[in-house]
Amino acid sequence: MEALVAAITVFVLAIFIGFEIITKVPPTLHTPLMSGSNAISGIALIGAIISTRTDNPKLATILAVSAVALAMVNVVGGYMVTHRMLAMFRKKR
Amino acid sequence: MSGFLIDTGWVNLAYVVASIMFIRGIKGLTHPRTAVSGNLTSAMGMLLAVVATLLADGLNYQWILLGAVVGGLVGGLIAIRVQMTKIPEMVALFNGFGGAASVLVAGAAFMITRNPDVQTTVSTGLSGLIGAVTFTGSMIAFGKLSEILPGRQISFPGLRIFNALVGLGALACVVWLTVDPSATIAYWIIVAAAAVLGVTLTLPIGGADMPVVISLLNSYSGLAAAATGFVLMNNVLIIAGSLVGASGLILTKIMCVAMNRSLGHVLFGKLGPSADGPSADDVYGGKVKSTSPEEVAMLFDSAQRVLVVPGYGLAVAQAQHIVRDMANVLEERGINVEYGIHPVAGRMPGHMNVLLAEADVPYEKLREMDDINNEIEQIDVCIVVGANDVVNPVARTDPKSPIAGMPIIDVDKARTVVVVKRSLSPGFAGIPNPLFAADNCLMMFGDGKKAITELVTALKEG
Repeated sequence: MEALVAAITVFVLAIFIGFEIITKVPPTLHTPLMSGSNAISGIALIGAIISTRTDNPKLATILAVSAVALAMVNVVGGYMVTHRMLAMFRKKR
Repeated sequence: MSGFLIDTGWVNLAYVVASIMFIRGIKGLTHPRTAVSGNLTSAMGMLLAVVATLLADGLNYQWILLGAVVGGLVGGLIAIRVQMTKIPEMVALFNGFGGAASVLVAGAAFMITRNPDVQTTVSTGLSGLIGAVTFTGSMIAFGKLSEILPGRQISFPGLRIFNALVGLGALACVVWLTVDPSATIAYWIIVAAAAVLGVTLTLPIGGADMPVVISLLNSYSGLAAAATGFVLMNNVLIIAGSLVGASGLILTKIMCVAMNRSLGHVLFGKLGPSADGPSADDVYGGKVKSTSPEEVAMLFDSAQRVLVVPGYGLAVAQAQHIVRDMANVLEERGINVEYGIHPVAGRMPGHMNVLLAEADVPYEKLREMDDINNEIEQIDVCIVVGANDVVNPVARTDPKSPIAGMPIIDVDKARTVVVVKRSLSPGFAGIPNPLFAADNCLMMFGDGKKAITELVTALKEG
């Protein structure tokens, strides 16, 4: 129960921090914000990695490795495409 | 308690640092100057979190490497090759992958957790539910955006009752899972039901509302990751997931405000043309003035300030580069050229800004709607390219119109308006636009790219 309360505290605080900073992102950068948050939601990668254990039943390993692949698409694709877009905004002076 | 609690203090410390880097990264996005380094900070945070995680005992490195290489290659290839006009499709796809990854992680974690407690089963159920809705909903959104599926609203009678029943069924299975944690099948029933829900909730939403839908699905993909964080009791998943959840929600709200519609109305309402509105013939009859590129070129002779108002039609016609060429010619003559961007001008939040940035338009030239509306009376020539509903003055004047109260760019108040458009056909709202018949408005009919190209030629000759 204590751990749950701690987790909920973290969740609520993170939502608040999110609201505070994201409302300051100008409309010009809303598309990079979305592709960048695609990349951040690839954080499921962490969960996928800790679920691939050597002592797993086979099905669990298959699920976890598929999750690693999907999350990696988000992480690599998300950060790279965001960089590509932001570089276009920067190249003018 | 699930067996995933990482009790090595310093791994959790690395997660705290990674979380701070995500937050710093998003903060960097508050200005174009700091955005590139912000994105890199965020990426480094991800790398740190991954490396710290990989140091745990008992991981199956070969399999992790295999998944990572496959996913990394696919993601990298998409990122390098995607056209800027297709970014909305790409984001929809990535939202879906994020949702699917959460479904699989929660599923795998649940299979290897011994004696899960209530909190684990409930959050597992929620991960499956939100993740699967995100996955199939995003696939439908992707289909609509890429025009594999028809953009119109697809619905059938009793859909809402059907959705309510499927949703309740899924929640009942969450309860089942809690009462009997050995019933792994209950988890997959939740996932299947949610997968159906994702489809039936997204199909009835029309193409014009896609900016709202992909923002909302973006939020869901974050919330699914956060729910997975509760399954694994892992703070970095909870924090990163919540940040994405908050970001998607804010963008959803901004898009709804820009269309003057409530989220409920976008998701469940129907947008139809009002039956009693004036017909196209009443509005346009004999009053529309057609013009030629040469005439428009002459308009610029006495102009000092020019405003370009782009709509999605500009992206469809791939006209952003030639518009930039036109601006170059005008700027050489000492004319100030700016761009007025409506929040829903593209297919996702901020899409039009990216398209113009790609065409080398400096971001200082991109003006927000409210900002430019204050100065619109000082604009000598306003050129509307491929936009319709977002410049329809009826939104201000007719309270019965389907777009009544929607914020618009008041181009009708500029001294002269030139509308580049294929025909007088209506936009998504399905209503005629009295702007086209206004005294100060000239229509330059034709494909956006071709028409502006002719205009640039006329400018150079003139």
